[in-house]
Amino acid sequence: MLNKITIDDATLEQRVYQLNLGPQHPSTHGVMQFILTLDGELVVACEPNIGYSHRGHEKIAENRIYEQFLPYPPRMDYLSALIFNYGYCQAVERLCGIEVPRRAEYIRVITSELNRISSHFIGAFDLVMALGAFTPFMYCWDDREVLLDLLEGVAGSRLTYCYGRFGGVRNDIDKAFYDGTRRFIDRLRGRMKDYHDLVTGNIIFIKRAKDIGIITKETALEFGVTGPSLRGSGVKYDVRKQEPYSVYPEFKFEIPTREEGDCLARYQVRMAEIEQSMNIIEQALDHLPPGPIQAKVPRFISPPEGEGYFAFESARGAVGFYIVSDGSRVPYRIKVRSPSFSNLYVMTKICPGHFLADVIAIFGSIDVTVPEIDR
Amino acid sequence: MTQLIQLWNDVYAFLGHDVTAGLIGLLILLAFIPLHVVILVWLEMKVFAHITLRPAFMRVGPHGILQNLADGIKMIGKEIITPKPADKFLFFIAPIVIIVPAFIGYIIIPFSPVLQIKELNVGIMLIFAFSSLTVLSLLMAGWASNNKYSLISAVRSVAQNVAYEIPLLLSTMSIIIMTNSFRMNDIIAAQPPIGYILYQPIAFLIFFISTTAECNRAPFDLVEAESELVAGFHTEYTGMRFGLFFLAEYTNVVIAAAMATVLFLGGWRGPFLPGIVWFFLKVYFLIFVVYWIRWTFPRVRFDQLMNFAWKVLIPFALLNLIITAIVLKVV
Repeated sequence: MLNKITIDDATLEQRVYQLNLGPQHPSTHGVMQFILTLDGELVVACEPNIGYSHRGHEKIAENRIYEQFLPYPPRMDYLSALIFNYGYCQAVERLCGIEVPRRAEYIRVITSELNRISSHFIGAFDLVMALGAFTPFMYCWDDREVLLDLLEGVAGSRLTYCYGRFGGVRNDIDKAFYDGTRRFIDRLRGRMKDYHDLVTGNIIFIKRAKDIGIITKETALEFGVTGPSLRGSGVKYDVRKQEPYSVYPEFKFEIPTREEGDCLARYQVRMAEIEQSMNIIEQALDHLPPGPIQAKVPRFISPPEGEGYFAFESARGAVGFYIVSDGSRVPYRIKVRSPSFSNLYVMTKICPGHFLADVIAIFGSIDVTVPEIDR
Repeated sequence: MTQLIQLWNDVYAFLGHDVTAGLIGLLILLAFIPLHVVILVWLEMKVFAHITLRPAFMRVGPHGILQNLADGIKMIGKEIITPKPADKFLFFIAPIVIIVPAFIGYIIIPFSPVLQIKELNVGIMLIFAFSSLTVLSLLMAGWASNNKYSLISAVRSVAQNVAYEIPLLLSTMSIIIMTNSFRMNDIIAAQPPIGYILYQPIAFLIFFISTTAECNRAPFDLVEAESELVAGFHTEYTGMRFGLFFLAEYTNVVIAAAMATVLFLGGWRGPFLPGIVWFFLKVYFLIFVVYWIRWTFPRVRFDQLMNFAWKVLIPFALLNLIITAIVLKVV
């Protein structure tokens, strides 16, 4: 841990200056600004300035019928788009009381875990790229390419999927997807060793990531941090286990946690979660039930008057969809609880006392997507 | 034709042998260095691409070999912008200050037994003296840009270059006390066939690491750490002014590799092939290693960089120097 600044405040005031990190900056993941107060290269204060990619998704929802809003949640978190898509579907299904066929649930689990892997690749290796190593990121891009091809085969698009429908999924998976996923899992198991050799054991990486940006258990709970960042701080919390939804209770998987709470721990949690996701996919492929992929639902959904909250685990943490219905075909209000927002604001607490270079590393390790913060 | 020869003889008689040779050498350098840099950038992009499982550019010329030439021409055509709040004079002079030492370093490098522009008694000292001017240019560029990223980069570059010059000189000294000469060809002649790397492996390692840091190459590229400081000291530079910084960076890498070749790998000496081939083989091998390291390792942090220089490299370099001196005295 670095020494805290020891000079008195009057001198500090004369020494500090402000640096606008972003919104046009190579490592702020899109349009995101940090107003850093620096003393030399030491960070005194870090203030995220959000709103550069605010598109008003929640307001748009109030002017669209439920079906029309389907493609919007994937645009909130473009990296775990499918999970958001299913999350919205499940929230509406819970509100209407629609029973989803088991085969559809299994397909949802398989595809959303694939999506989680592709998102965690970026989450884990974006930290490595923020630290200056470009190659591991390109390697993961190679694996991710296979994955995107698979998902493109069933969902039709490569990034902002809209595959889920109320009561099921758009179309059934085919043999190419089934075999391709199996091949991909086998390939990835071999590749994970390469990643660990290249990155996890690298002395410079460990020196840069260890003991940097420690989120203690208390801080994490105080700020409402969820996802790999929370599990890196030693809290065993995963919505898939704690508030089981879909068919997740039928699979055996663990919640990987680390006690340290630093950048390295968050990276390790992501890498471990990739392996857990592979386990889930394999189990789901083994026990894929036959049957329909779509429940009988009316052409236009109008949920009964009332409100519903549905929480699910995206690649970044716990997401909540809160839907208020007035009984019409248009939602009265949709509120999204997005994990990136809470995860980002923990930086105001943990950044002071670190170097400028560490702020980039911490931001990379927390892994936020900007459109999800701003929505 | 006879008139031309007559003119040549007159010029030769007027200027004398040394000045004429120097002038011709400089002209060759002026043509050779930018072209060589173009090839080096192409090589780096190819090495980088193949390390990251890509083919890199393939369209302009066979395997894209003309791509960087096209880029260079494009760069010459770009508008040169001086930002309003910049210090105009320093902003203008910084790229010139960085390119001159880079060119001067080439003067005394012996590419082969004959292909050397000027042999000096203080050859090695000359290169070190001029290469330490580089830091002045970086400081000027960073300060004059009036940009906070550039300023942080300039401050970093000063601290880094000052720190790494010490182990660099110390490791060179352990060679100099073995040869008792600063002349390049004397050093080459005094070496065993494999080179001084046989006797001085630690000095070679220290020299290599220090030159990597001096040239601001990864994992010590904190001066232009693109994920932190956008582009570091040359953030505000455009067109050929940026091109000069770029040129100087790669030229410094060549000089560093050439120095390592002369000091530790036996220079142009080698069996079967002519000297110039051996020299460039060794230089290119070292440059390849620099690229290889760059695209494999993450960047170190600033305090780690300084700790590494002051707490590891300098003590080891000093120890190595003392041991060399004692062994030479005893043997």
